[in-house]
Amino acid sequence: MRIANNILPAAATLVMALAASPALGGELPADPLGSPMWEYHAEKLFTGGPVVFDSRVKVILPVVAEDQHVVPVTVDARKLDGVKRIVVFADLNPIPVAIDYRPMDAAPFVATRIKLDQRTPVRAAVQLADGSWHVAGEWIDAAGGGCSAPPLSRVRGDWADHLGELRGAAWSEGDTTRLRFGFRHPMDTGLVENIPAYNIETVRVMDADGREVASMDVYGSVAEDPAFTLVVDRDGPMEVAARDTSGLEFAGELAPMSGKKQTAKP
Amino acid sequence: MRVSRRAIIAGLGAAGLAPVLAPALVHAEQFAGTYDPKAEEVADGIWMVRGADEPIAFSNGGAIANSVIIATDDGAVVVDPGPSLSYGRAIRALAERVTGKPVVRVYVTHLHPDHSFGAGAFDARSVHALPATRHDLERDGEGFSDALFRVLADWMKGTTVVMPQGDVTAGEVVIGGRKLRLFALDGHSSGDLAILDEATGTLIGGDLVFHDRAPATPHANLDGWLTALDRLDGVPHDLVIPGHGPLDSGNAAIAQTRDWLTWIQGMLNDAVLSGKDMSEAGATPIPERFADIKVARYELQRSVSHFYPGLEAKLLPMVGN
Ligand SMILES: [Zn+2]
Repeated sequence: MRIANNILPAAATLVMALAASPALGGELPADPLGSPMWEYHAEKLFTGGPVVFDSRVKVILPVVAEDQHVVPVTVDARKLDGVKRIVVFADLNPIPVAIDYRPMDAAPFVATRIKLDQRTPVRAAVQLADGSWHVAGEWIDAAGGGCSAPPLSRVRGDWADHLGELRGAAWSEGDTTRLRFGFRHPMDTGLVENIPAYNIETVRVMDADGREVASMDVYGSVAEDPAFTLVVDRDGPMEVAARDTSGLEFAGELAPMSGKKQTAKP
Repeated sequence: MRVSRRAIIAGLGAAGLAPVLAPALVHAEQFAGTYDPKAEEVADGIWMVRGADEPIAFSNGGAIANSVIIATDDGAVVVDPGPSLSYGRAIRALAERVTGKPVVRVYVTHLHPDHSFGAGAFDARSVHALPATRHDLERDGEGFSDALFRVLADWMKGTTVVMPQGDVTAGEVVIGGRKLRLFALDGHSSGDLAILDEATGTLIGGDLVFHDRAPATPHANLDGWLTALDRLDGVPHDLVIPGHGPLDSGNAAIAQTRDWLTWIQGMLNDAVLSGKDMSEAGATPIPERFADIKVARYELQRSVSHFYPGLEAKLLPMVGN
């Protein structure tokens, strides 16, 4: 967190000073969240088209960040047509971008869990086929330490025993299929002493013919044991494959979840 | 290992320690108010001191848990001295005023800071808890302290983590002629003390029992908690003083706590097994019968956070690599 506190605001000042140069597709709209980092991130992320704040992009966050290591974020942009990319980012995180999702044959809907290092806006930026960016988000409070504390599996020391284990299933929803899956992975941020960055960096979904229907870049600010919900425009079994920063690949086929109920109690 | 105190801040809230949306820094410039706890005599020689049925917040000074004062011939017994040093002092003064005697013994029902952090206002040798409670406070006390200072700022002035004697065991104790039966249970946390005042049939449930205020689950084992509730249900009693929420004279609170926990457990299972994500589970409609329960949505979302990743690891099928 010291990193974000000390360096980023300075960077923001610098960028704001330079921001007189007209942005991309036009002027940046004023940030309704009043974030000190809005222009900094906007300049970097929003290439290729105009930027608007758009309430048709739904960013669902909990009332409170009960555990800042595992903060659920859901983005639902199904009210927009022609969505090409969904970028989820937290302005004041030392690793701002969490995921960069490309739903090719999938709905513009994604849920995952991220780490937060302090009170910050969490946003989704949705790019349409015409290049325009549609942005929404909210402030969420977090006590700190989400990115600069070691993951639980590091503390326990058992991360390697389960590395890459994949759990998940598919639920048919008519013409579409909901996929819920997660990998065991420490998702080290590189911000903890003596633990270099080590994270899953891509996730891809293929249909039964091996055609890619969705893909995602994943960053170190996604929570340990990263989990995802996607909705693909297909029926039938889906293959998911992830690769991490050391080149390891984890893959498996998500089977339809049957009607039989298992029980496990918290 | 650098698991900083900060790392556990938000997650370890008692009945509501997760940070509120207002920026914490603002609080540092606000003047903390003065605690003014009120004692209501609910049975002969037993006073209940009500906490606010809210999350821990600057506006309530963290005074959200109920405390209890019991009069004995030797002096007063205080159960749960509250969230801070100054609250502990206020409860101590109140106990002395209503009983006319000094406080001779303090019980801390469990680790959560809204119950335990007022202990510094009393002679440390007179503060007692279950061994598990002391053990948990040794682990989490500093993290709680950081979290409470962050949210409560000035209210916490002078508060330090005071370890209770971890020497309470189940069974009968007699203090100043008053017979108390102690129950060493768990489920809300790893050590939950409940106390029955034999003479009046008053059962002091600690946070095993909530009443018209949604149960908090940051350290809960739901199966264990349900077992503990069965146990308390089997103890003949006339009144229940819950850890949070109003006095229960109609034998409703134990059943209501059980109902809520059972619902949460089933709801979380169903959500995981239908592929919902945490946000969707957190938005699950709350059944009509819980409509009057305070902070229901808030605690529901906290419970999702506490249990969801673990449940998914158990319930979603493993896929071969
Ligand atoms: Zn509690």
